[in-house]
Amino acid sequence: MTASDYLQVGLFLAVLLLLVRPLGAYMALVFADEPNRVTRMGSWVERGIYRLCGADPAQDMSWKRYALSMLVFNVLGLLAVYVLQRVQQWLPLNPQHFGAVPPDSAMNTAISFATNTNWQGYGGESTMSYLTQMLGLAVQNFLSAATGIAVLVAVVRGFVRRSSNGLGNFWVDLVRATLYVLVPLSLMVALLLVSQGVVQNFQAYVDVPVAQTTSYAETVKDAAGNVEKDATGKDLARDVPVTTQTLPMGPAASQIAIKHLGTNGGGFFNANSAHPYENPTPLSNFIEMLAIFLIPGGLCVTFGRMVGDRRQGWAILATMLVIFAPLAIGVIAAEQAGNPALRDLAVDAHASALQAGGNMEGKETRFGIASSGLFAAVTTAASCGAVNAMHDSLTPLGGLVPMWLMQLGEVIFGGVGSGLYGMLAFAVVAVFIAGLMVGRTPEYLGKKIEAYEMKMASLAVLLPCVLVVVGTAIAVMAPAGVAGIANPGAHGFSEVLYALSSASNNNGSAFGGLSANTPFWNVLLGVCMFLARFPLAIAMLAMAGSLAAKRHVPASAGTLPTHTPLFVTLLACVVIVVGALTFLPALALGPIAEYLMSLQ
Amino acid sequence: MTTHSHAARGFDRPLLLAAASDAFRKMAPRRQFRNPVMFVVYVCSVLTTLLWIQALAGHGEAPTGFIFAVTLWLWFTLLFANFAEAIAEGRGKAQAAALRSTRKDVVAKKLAAPERDAFITYVPSSELRTGQHVLVDAGDIIPGDGEVIEGAASVDESAITGESAPVIRESGGDRSAVTGGTRVLSDWLVVRITRNPGESFLDRMIAMVEGAARRKTPNEIALTIMLAKFTLIFLLACATLLPYSIYSVQATGSGQPITLTVLTALLVCLIPTTIGALLSAIGIAGMDRMIRANVIATSGRAVEAAGDVDVLLLDKTGTITLGNRQADAFHPAPGVDERALAEAAQLASLADETPEGRSIVVLAKERFGLREHDLEQLHAQFLPFSAQTRMSGVDLGDKRIRKGAVDAIERYLDACGGHLPAALKHTAEDIARRGATPLMVVDGHTPLGVIELKDVIKGGIKERFAEMRAMGIKTIMITGDNPLTAAAIAAEAGVDDFLAEATPETKLKLIRDIQAENRLVAMCGDGTNDAPALAQADVAVAMNSGTQAAKEAGNMVDLDSNPTKLIEVVEIGKQMLITRGALTTFSIANDIAKYFAIIPAAFAGTYPALNALNVMHLATARSAILSAVIFNALIIVVLIPLALKGVAYRALGAGALLRRNLLVYGLGGVVVPFLGIKLIDMLLVLLGLA
Repeated sequence: MTASDYLQVGLFLAVLLLLVRPLGAYMALVFADEPNRVTRMGSWVERGIYRLCGADPAQDMSWKRYALSMLVFNVLGLLAVYVLQRVQQWLPLNPQHFGAVPPDSAMNTAISFATNTNWQGYGGESTMSYLTQMLGLAVQNFLSAATGIAVLVAVVRGFVRRSSNGLGNFWVDLVRATLYVLVPLSLMVALLLVSQGVVQNFQAYVDVPVAQTTSYAETVKDAAGNVEKDATGKDLARDVPVTTQTLPMGPAASQIAIKHLGTNGGGFFNANSAHPYENPTPLSNFIEMLAIFLIPGGLCVTFGRMVGDRRQGWAILATMLVIFAPLAIGVIAAEQAGNPALRDLAVDAHASALQAGGNMEGKETRFGIASSGLFAAVTTAASCGAVNAMHDSLTPLGGLVPMWLMQLGEVIFGGVGSGLYGMLAFAVVAVFIAGLMVGRTPEYLGKKIEAYEMKMASLAVLLPCVLVVVGTAIAVMAPAGVAGIANPGAHGFSEVLYALSSASNNNGSAFGGLSANTPFWNVLLGVCMFLARFPLAIAMLAMAGSLAAKRHVPASAGTLPTHTPLFVTLLACVVIVVGALTFLPALALGPIAEYLMSLQ
Repeated sequence: MTTHSHAARGFDRPLLLAAASDAFRKMAPRRQFRNPVMFVVYVCSVLTTLLWIQALAGHGEAPTGFIFAVTLWLWFTLLFANFAEAIAEGRGKAQAAALRSTRKDVVAKKLAAPERDAFITYVPSSELRTGQHVLVDAGDIIPGDGEVIEGAASVDESAITGESAPVIRESGGDRSAVTGGTRVLSDWLVVRITRNPGESFLDRMIAMVEGAARRKTPNEIALTIMLAKFTLIFLLACATLLPYSIYSVQATGSGQPITLTVLTALLVCLIPTTIGALLSAIGIAGMDRMIRANVIATSGRAVEAAGDVDVLLLDKTGTITLGNRQADAFHPAPGVDERALAEAAQLASLADETPEGRSIVVLAKERFGLREHDLEQLHAQFLPFSAQTRMSGVDLGDKRIRKGAVDAIERYLDACGGHLPAALKHTAEDIARRGATPLMVVDGHTPLGVIELKDVIKGGIKERFAEMRAMGIKTIMITGDNPLTAAAIAAEAGVDDFLAEATPETKLKLIRDIQAENRLVAMCGDGTNDAPALAQADVAVAMNSGTQAAKEAGNMVDLDSNPTKLIEVVEIGKQMLITRGALTTFSIANDIAKYFAIIPAAFAGTYPALNALNVMHLATARSAILSAVIFNALIIVVLIPLALKGVAYRALGAGALLRRNLLVYGLGGVVVPFLGIKLIDMLLVLLGLA
């Protein structure tokens, strides 16, 4: 690793830490129960929306009602996106005249965007009309992120409230998350991105002459469609010159801003953030990475403020950073070290003024090793899933890290809202173990953790793990699953494991190499995405409902403090141990085997 | 603290043998089903046994010997778990047997009316019902639990408490409860039976120590859920390895898919069997530790709650101070010689047999060498303490020596025309402020001075309270003293707070106030007037010497009737939770080493490069798997003593305690299996079994 690699990671984390504090404090005001200067500002818009929807903002919902509202709202949104894709050929804003999306792919995409996963089996610029992109996908980018934040806020209220039945009002939380947090931030980020050259228009695709004519070889076929052979029996080929290229256009910047801020990750273009119109410069790359961690990091601060002890929020954020920083550096180190097979061929893989060195396969030269490696870690630590490099081309260890970051349950920053409530489930488990070890019935934030909380927290921790291992087993056993695998051996297994890890943790990034736009894969991954998102959120709401009804236990010297480095260490250990113990055998058959073989 | 022995305890031969045979008896599937972790092991053992039979028939997926070895050790794992539970139960059973021998059917003298001379019918004790009256004469065994309504007698309660010194039981007051199975040594009692047969204290005690009444405690249930979660994760992680392995073999075209035997071995090694096997033993042992401390808990829940207690209410007398005050100094009135005061005080106390009186005589002797006078020679006339005058004294020639509380003496002086000098009154107030009791001495109407009686704080109690504070437990002293005195004693003893001039009502109110803040309260008491407070407290230890009402209201009974026991009860409760936590952490930390043993062994056939993970350099794939399984089984046996004894407990703050236990059981749990598995592997090689 070079000094510049460390510098980039350091700079990124420093800027992040500077931004999360004010944002977190602001969001604490947005979700405060009492009216304040922030919520008064937009109260007239809010009132209008509630009147329009017929929602009663004063209603304090029980956890069941909250969960039901959340579920119904999201399922309706899911169906709307499905229908939109199926009828886009008859609707306006479709300059390329794309036809209806096939049902399996449309369903997969609808689930994917409703669950904040944004797994994309399709290629955006060759499948979706502008209307579908804007009205369906971009809108879901906002709403799925807002749903995550709303559920988190309700879960936090479970810790805050005492002897109460209510967790707040889903509609109010949803509207406020969108209105005060996501929309203003998206506007800012979109403008920053446009300043860097990200496109934002409604034009049809543009054909332009290429600056330098290139050609590719095409086999010659006869009238019957058979490949013609030359005298030696080889396939007959001819050079086809390329003189023009098609430049895709569209309202990209507005969608890309929320794609990062909402940890959605669904690219406007198929190449996602590797595409020059989606992520043109190193600065836009930095902004996009920052946008991914901004809200999940800020919500930690919000959490601390809401529970009335800011240290609690910083402790959770510290736990995330303690796990994230070494792993991010690990990816960069593995990529900078390059491919051992090439090293033996006397290829110079050292970083110098003229070259990035290391493993540049699948990476954009404008980003290089550090910005690609850091992006890979950020996008998988958070459940974003946008990519600026092909993860399939990462070195075995470099690829292991993003995969494992997802398998940890998307709690290292994770999705907006969902990452933190997932982490709180781990915190409950950690507090339970710690409580036993100090000889007290465990308490977290003044609430006793008993069998019911343990059941729900266990369910939340367990669910993604189950979906990954079982989904992978189904995929490698089914002929239709194996058919999608591009590479042989351990790497092929990694492709499957990565896809299931991504879908089952609502990340959405793809390893690549896997042809997943088939009915089998669309259905399997669709089911995983759905089950990972909603049952988990409902389990956490149920836990919050039970916690809210409890009384508050005042802290004493016998209470385990949950803001100390000791607790941060314990929580990090619990997250890592659960992740390692569950996935070590599978990882051994994938990236670990691949890495060890590459050494031989 | 005395610990009394009812029956054989510890690891003696018959106990171990009985436990070993019990271990087999517990193998019934119905009993295994209660523990999800061990039930998985059970199913795995059955599966490998079937695989072994299949191998015997010549269709084995692996060498017969290997399958047999794995199968054998899986069954051992189960047996060891059962053995741990059986040992824990065994101690209780031995004690229950001893208790049951005292519960023989005796012939009771049933009275037609609640008086000694009523008509007597002889009935077996098993036919006695609540509300009936019996006469118990010297030498008789009391036929059932009840309340003494007439008479006083010395009773040998050693069958219940293990304490051989007889105790006094009498009607009225706080010593009126008698327990069935105890023997009246002298005099007689008329007892009203308050319990039907089968519900008596002895019956409850037997049920408790036998574990029949043992239900899973809330914390145990929560822990079981967490362990079930881990078990499910590992079950799926292992089960899905088969398809992964089949795919990998197909994709690479080398090696064999993982065998069911290896997969089963991996699963059993990974699921938290150590804590799963020892969980119920820890719970039973926790109750057992209570019993050894001579405390009978009515439920495991109560023991567990003891660990959670936030506030301890402690009676001053007997808990914080020795029961009696002792004379500490003489403060003469102005113009009176201290020696003269001492002499008068001694004279007035000669016939006073109370500990206070004795201590005045002792102090006078120590300070001025005053010998005890011969009472007969003096022709003295003693006035014993009476509730009306609240004084005692002696008339000796022209001397009219009186001693008593300041206000009583003041009233006495007023009546006979004397008057208390302001300086003396001031001295008395000073004494009271220090937490001591002033005892005024007068001769006729001449005040002589004040005797300072001091409460003597028990040795070491201040340190115990400091420990409690470190654990986050607040101590509150309950006393009938005035606030001034109470404050002084509280400061000296180092308690956090006190409740002065306590009445049953203020006690109850204090408990409710503390509970309203959502804190758990523990207290002990013996009197009938303690019963409401005992019923309200979360952990309530009733003294065995106390009334039936108190024993009914409490959720624990201290057979030694030692109020300091409350502190021990809290420690036992905490220790039980800590032991569970420590073994859970240890159990899960163990998995890391097991992975390094089994993964290379299972998959190196497909990817030879994975042999690099064999960091322990285990001899062969089979020896690696077998070593892991054997280690997994043996560690249960190794940890049985720890489970029964409980982990070493220190009074530390939560943070320090967690750090310590994480280092010992977390880090230790990571390191130990690496050594253990390597060692077993070396042994297997040595024995030629690798």
